[in-house]
Amino acid sequence: MSSNLVKAGDHPIYDYRVVRQFSIMTIVWGIVGMGVGVLIAAQLCWPELNNLFQPFTHFGRLRPLHTNAVIFAFGGCALMGTSFYVVQRTCQAKLWGGWLVPFTFWGWQLVIVLAAITLPLGLTSSKEYAELEWPIDILITLVWVAYALVFFGTIVKRKTSHIYVANWFYGGFILTIAVLHIVNSAAIPVNLFKSYSAYAGAADAMVQWWYGHNAVGFFLTAGFLGMMYYFVPKQADRPVYSYQLSIVHFWALISIYIWAGAHHLHYSALPDWAQSLGMVMSLILLAPSWGGMINGIMTLSGAWHKLRTDPTLRFLVVSLSFYGMSTFEGPMMSIKTVNALSHNTDWTIGHVHSGALGWVAMISIGAIYHLLPILFGRKEMYSIKWINVHFWLATIGTVLYIAALWVNGIMQGLMWRAFNDDGTLTYSFVETVQASHHGYVVRFVGGVFFLSGMILMAYNAYRTAQVAREENADTSSTAPAI
Amino acid sequence: MSIFWNFWIIGLTLTNLALLLWVLLANRKVAVSDDDAPENRTTGHIYDGIEEYDNPLPSWWFKMFLASFVFAAAYLAIYPGLGSFKGLAGWTQVNQLEGEQQKADELYSEQFGMYNAMPIEELARDSDAMKMGLRLFANNCAVCHGADGGGNYGFPNLTDHDWLYGGEPAAIKQTINAGRTGAMPGWAAILGEDGIRETTEYVLSLSDRDHDAELAVAGAKHFAQNCVACHSADGKGNQMMGAPNLTDDIWLYGGEPQDIRQSLREGRNGVMPAQQELLKESRIHLLAAYVFSLSLPLDEQ
Repeated sequence: MSSNLVKAGDHPIYDYRVVRQFSIMTIVWGIVGMGVGVLIAAQLCWPELNNLFQPFTHFGRLRPLHTNAVIFAFGGCALMGTSFYVVQRTCQAKLWGGWLVPFTFWGWQLVIVLAAITLPLGLTSSKEYAELEWPIDILITLVWVAYALVFFGTIVKRKTSHIYVANWFYGGFILTIAVLHIVNSAAIPVNLFKSYSAYAGAADAMVQWWYGHNAVGFFLTAGFLGMMYYFVPKQADRPVYSYQLSIVHFWALISIYIWAGAHHLHYSALPDWAQSLGMVMSLILLAPSWGGMINGIMTLSGAWHKLRTDPTLRFLVVSLSFYGMSTFEGPMMSIKTVNALSHNTDWTIGHVHSGALGWVAMISIGAIYHLLPILFGRKEMYSIKWINVHFWLATIGTVLYIAALWVNGIMQGLMWRAFNDDGTLTYSFVETVQASHHGYVVRFVGGVFFLSGMILMAYNAYRTAQVAREENADTSSTAPAI
Repeated sequence: MSIFWNFWIIGLTLTNLALLLWVLLANRKVAVSDDDAPENRTTGHIYDGIEEYDNPLPSWWFKMFLASFVFAAAYLAIYPGLGSFKGLAGWTQVNQLEGEQQKADELYSEQFGMYNAMPIEELARDSDAMKMGLRLFANNCAVCHGADGGGNYGFPNLTDHDWLYGGEPAAIKQTINAGRTGAMPGWAAILGEDGIRETTEYVLSLSDRDHDAELAVAGAKHFAQNCVACHSADGKGNQMMGAPNLTDDIWLYGGEPQDIRQSLREGRNGVMPAQQELLKESRIHLLAAYVFSLSLPLDEQ
């Protein structure tokens, strides 16, 4: 271990209970959300699967269930759990907030369960990634305020002089998501189950994608960068590569992301100037995004050999590679001429998943593998070999998924714009659907790979918790197993 | 855009970018001066055992970041972006669209135009023209009428010689140009559920389907009172109004008793949208010929 390790007995007793709860639910919701994902991927290959329990199992109802479950249930639990762990340990302070802490956990689980009930029933506000109806939106707001109070309350109580960079990112994510959620979900209720957006027309679309893209930028990026800044140096046992880089890319990332949402509305009723600004800011975003990737990957200099023996570290580092790749792809797709080809095709879905599977899920999985032994008082996971198997299942699954949708997406874009000599379109829409079938099957197989890795993880976690807890590990470190 | 919003947008954009440029330039080098301890490469912060190196920004990354600023400045000078400033190139998405449409019109109008003068009956037997018609149909009509023109529930079959509004070339062209709106009113309030049952049995009898003869007799009276104005006394319909022939056992909304009862209760209002503005004259001429050709005998198609 590093010689600069905080001396034992120096810090208070940390609250690990809520971290443990969130970590377990991260795995549970991961399996549920990705399971629904695999089902709807199968529905696109074999449409009869829509008919399992009509209308509840129709693609149109399960798709928002999938996105909500993986983003807010799986990702949300991972973010809340790790942020509560990281903020305590880097501030050397026990979680502040008393009953607000369990309220955050149980409140968030209630939101997820309500989502899992209402979405298949067809109750939706029809705003992407914000489909939940207004009573649930209010519950989300209450839980989120509790979450923010606990997080920032703990920062206020800190015993360190500075605030660690991981907490900048977690803090930025918590504050911005609060603003985004409240503004975008503003609606006029008709009854308990139905409301209409407070905005209309192009303004409604702009507010929606200001929210939608920052759900990506803050929920799925800033929050997970916070996770990265703790677990990568910790697992690699190396100092963070550059403090200066973390300052510059933090401010750049959070101030520029807010502008980028308009690139979802190229060539639409949105005014030209707003489209252009959305595109320009998205391109500027490349450098700040890569700043995080560089700071994570360069942290490994001097410790590359650890990748050979530590599959947890491999998860963390490969997630950064996917992060770098998808944050290159994103700005490119925001260019109007590229977007004219990629828009509405499977390329977009592939892009999202190279971020969601490759970056968000992989860094969360790495962080949870780091945490579980600590939380259950064990020296290491029950099986390191299984972590390695999980790593390959996840990597192969992600590559199959995104490669299939690159092929499908570019093919669809080209088929849609193909003209005959007489100016008629070469293909009808249904021909592009037929041509996409093979890609859909490969995507389904990739999803099965990724899901089976998660199931293996759940079993590994179960066995880790089961084994007698005699060997009480040093809670301030996890030595990677050899 | 009002003056306030104009300056609001420009102000926010430039302030954000300027602050960012300042953060980038101000933090380019190391954070801690290392004169006293040249060996020290960290900032001195330790969090839960994590230290931070005091490395300067990677220079390729710094240059890439600056380059994106240069690109942004150039782009916002050329294209609209800074409030109501139109950009030096004068580009708008609408004039890009119109330019592309104009180019396409110049390129393709000859292709379609050469068929404009041909009568539809003749065009329908021209295989080259009909290949173009097929492609137009696949992209504009097949969503409702099916790729083979065989129709769907609520969307008429175009291959069966049964025409709601007439199958002569001029009538087909009129349908495509201006669209059609079905106007069968609902009868639940006037006939009552019993009356609807009786009328249904009568309508079934018109096409010789299984029916209850006793109820049909009562239904005939309702029919004579309420339905003949459109569907005519013999039930053969009226193409002037798009009222379907009820004697030919062809059903747009299903011919089972429960389907007919539903049509009677709440009426039907099928809509064929007008294509005039979308497709323009010469394409509609070709499409009309293609639709006409669908119901020609096979050897002529």
